[in-house]
Amino acid sequence: MRFIFKTDYDQDIRLFQHGGQVFWYGLLGVLLLAAPYLVSGYVLSQLQFICIYSIVGLGLMLLTGYTGQISLGHAAFLAVGAYTEALLQAAGMPFVVSLTSAALLSAAVGIIVGLPALRLKGIYLAIATFAFNVIVEEIITRWESLTGGNSGKLLKAIEIFGFRLSSPESFYYLCLALTVLAVLVLINLLRSPTGRAFVAIRDSEVSASCMGINLAYYKTMSFALSAALTGVGGALYAHKVGFISPEQFTLVQSIELVTIVIIGGVGSLHGAVLGAAFIIMLPQGISIAKDWLPDSVSPAGLQSVVFGLILIAFIIFEPYGLYGRWLKIRTYFDVFPFYRRGTFRRQRTYLRSERLR
Amino acid sequence: MSFFAVENLGVRFGGVVAVDGVSFSVEQGEVYTIIGPNGAGKTTIFNLIGLIYPPTSGRILFEGEEVRGAPHHVAQRGIARTFQNIELFEHATVLQNLLIGRHRHRTTNLAEELLFLPSVRRAEIAQREAVERVIDLLDLAHYRDSLVAGLPYGVRKVIELGRALATEPKLVLLDEPSSGLNPDETDDMAFWIEDIQKELGITVLMVEHDMNLVSRVSDRVLALNEGRVIAEGTPTQVQSHPAVVEAYLGGGE
Repeated sequence: MRFIFKTDYDQDIRLFQHGGQVFWYGLLGVLLLAAPYLVSGYVLSQLQFICIYSIVGLGLMLLTGYTGQISLGHAAFLAVGAYTEALLQAAGMPFVVSLTSAALLSAAVGIIVGLPALRLKGIYLAIATFAFNVIVEEIITRWESLTGGNSGKLLKAIEIFGFRLSSPESFYYLCLALTVLAVLVLINLLRSPTGRAFVAIRDSEVSASCMGINLAYYKTMSFALSAALTGVGGALYAHKVGFISPEQFTLVQSIELVTIVIIGGVGSLHGAVLGAAFIIMLPQGISIAKDWLPDSVSPAGLQSVVFGLILIAFIIFEPYGLYGRWLKIRTYFDVFPFYRRGTFRRQRTYLRSERLR
Repeated sequence: MSFFAVENLGVRFGGVVAVDGVSFSVEQGEVYTIIGPNGAGKTTIFNLIGLIYPPTSGRILFEGEEVRGAPHHVAQRGIARTFQNIELFEHATVLQNLLIGRHRHRTTNLAEELLFLPSVRRAEIAQREAVERVIDLLDLAHYRDSLVAGLPYGVRKVIELGRALATEPKLVLLDEPSSGLNPDETDDMAFWIEDIQKELGITVLMVEHDMNLVSRVSDRVLALNEGRVIAEGTPTQVQSHPAVVEAYLGGGE
C-alpha cells in the first residue's frame, strides 16, 4: 500500500503523483512509440482507430462525464469536423489550417447547440441533441452541391509542411500525438478553476451558481470544447476512412460514442481511452466468437445486440465502467489481504435540498 | 445606510403568499438570526436573497446597492450561503469543494489554463494557501483528500460551512447550521459561528431552530410566522414576546 505524504502544494497539482506512475506511463509511452515496429499492419490500423475514438471519447467525457450534460448528437460534431476537413483539403488548404478550422467550426456549432442546453436537463437535453443529430445528417444528405450527398466525399493523404503522411506509420504518429495533446489539455483544464467549475455544475447546479459560477457561460464553454475535440476526431476519422458519407454520422454512431463514455467509466479520462479501445476491439471479438456460433445467427444483427447487452450490463453491475473495475482490482492487490467488498459500495446519499429549479 | 437590508420583500407561489412584506436590516459584524415555525418562509427568504427565484415585491440592498441579476452575481458581491440539506459536490474531494468556493477569486483565463502556464500554477498554489486557512480553522485537514460521497453528515455540514468561508464573503447566510448535528457538533458549530463573527469579521445571517444556539450566538433575532414578521429584538426579548409564544404554542382561548 502506498501512502503519499504531502508536504508541498505542488504535489496536489503535478501530473504524476509518484514514481510508479512515471514508470508505468513511461513504459506505455515507449510501447506506443515503438508500436509500428512491433505489431502487424492490421493492429496498427486498429491503434489508429483507438486514438481517433479516444479523442472523440475525451471530448464527450468532458461534456457528459465532467459537466453532467448528456449528448446524443455527438456524431453531428464528428460530421462537422470530417466534412470541414474534406472540403478544405479539396480546396487546397494546408492540414494545419483545415484541422484548426474543423475544431473551430465544430466549437461554433457546439455553442449553438449548447444554447438550448442552458434550459434543458437530462432526458430533454438528450432529445434536443438527438434532434440536432438528425438535422445535421439531413443537411449533409440534401446539400449535395457542398457535401456530395449520398455519394460522399473522398479524401487524400495528409500533407504537413510539404511532408506527405501516406504511410500508416506516419498517420499513426499523428493520431497518437493529437491524442496525447488532447489528454494533456484536458488534465490541465481539470486541475484548474474551469475544470472545477464543470465538476461543480455536474454535482449541483444550485450550489455551483451560489459559489459564483456562471452556469450559462460554463455550460456553453463545455459544449464548445467538447465539440472542438470531437471535430478534431472527425477530421482524423475522415482521413483514416478516406471516404465519408452521411450514413457514417447517424444516431447509431452517437450512441456508440455515448457507449465509450459509459463503458469506459463516467468521470475519468482513463475511461474515455479504455472505452474507445473496447469499442474498437469488440467487433473483432465478436467475429472471433462467431466461429463457435450456429450459422443461423447473422453477424450484422449480432453486433448491435452484444453492444446493447454490454451497455446494460455495465450500467447495472459496474456503473464506474472499466476504469472503476480497474481501480477495484488495483485496490485489491494494494491492500491485500484486507480488501472488503464494501470499499467501493455507493454510499447512501443524504437528502438533498428540494430541486430549486 | 445599513450594511444589508431587505425592504418589503414578498413572494407569491400561485395562491400561496410565502413571504409577505418582510423588512429587516443587518448591521456589519453582527449575527442576525431568523426563527419561526416550519413553513414560516425562512428558507424562502434565503432563496430570494440568493436570487434563486425572483421576488414578487420588494428589494434587497447590500452595501447600499441593490442585489440583482443571476445567483452567481450574488456570490460575486461577497454573499455566500449554506443549504439546509447540504448541497456539496459529491464526487469531488473536500479540497476541490473548497477550491470551488474560491471561484470568485479566480485570476486565470481559459487559454492559460489549457496550457497550464506557470501563472496558473502560481495561482493554484495561492488558492490552496487561502483554502488551508479554512481547513485549519474548521479542523478539516484529516479529510482534505477524501471524496465527499463517503463522509458522515456532521463532517459534510462543516465542509459546507468551509466552502462558504472559502469564498471570503462579507456576509454569510447559514441555513439551519445545526440541523442533524448531535449536541457536541452543535457546540462546535456555535463556537465556529462566534469565530466567524469575531475573528474573521464576517457578518452572519442565519436561520435556526435550536434556541440554545440562537441565544448563544445571535445579537438580534427576527421571528416570522406565515411569511410575516411578528417580532424583532434580542434573543430574550423575542423568546418572551407574546406573538412568538403564540406562534409556537398556539394561542390561549
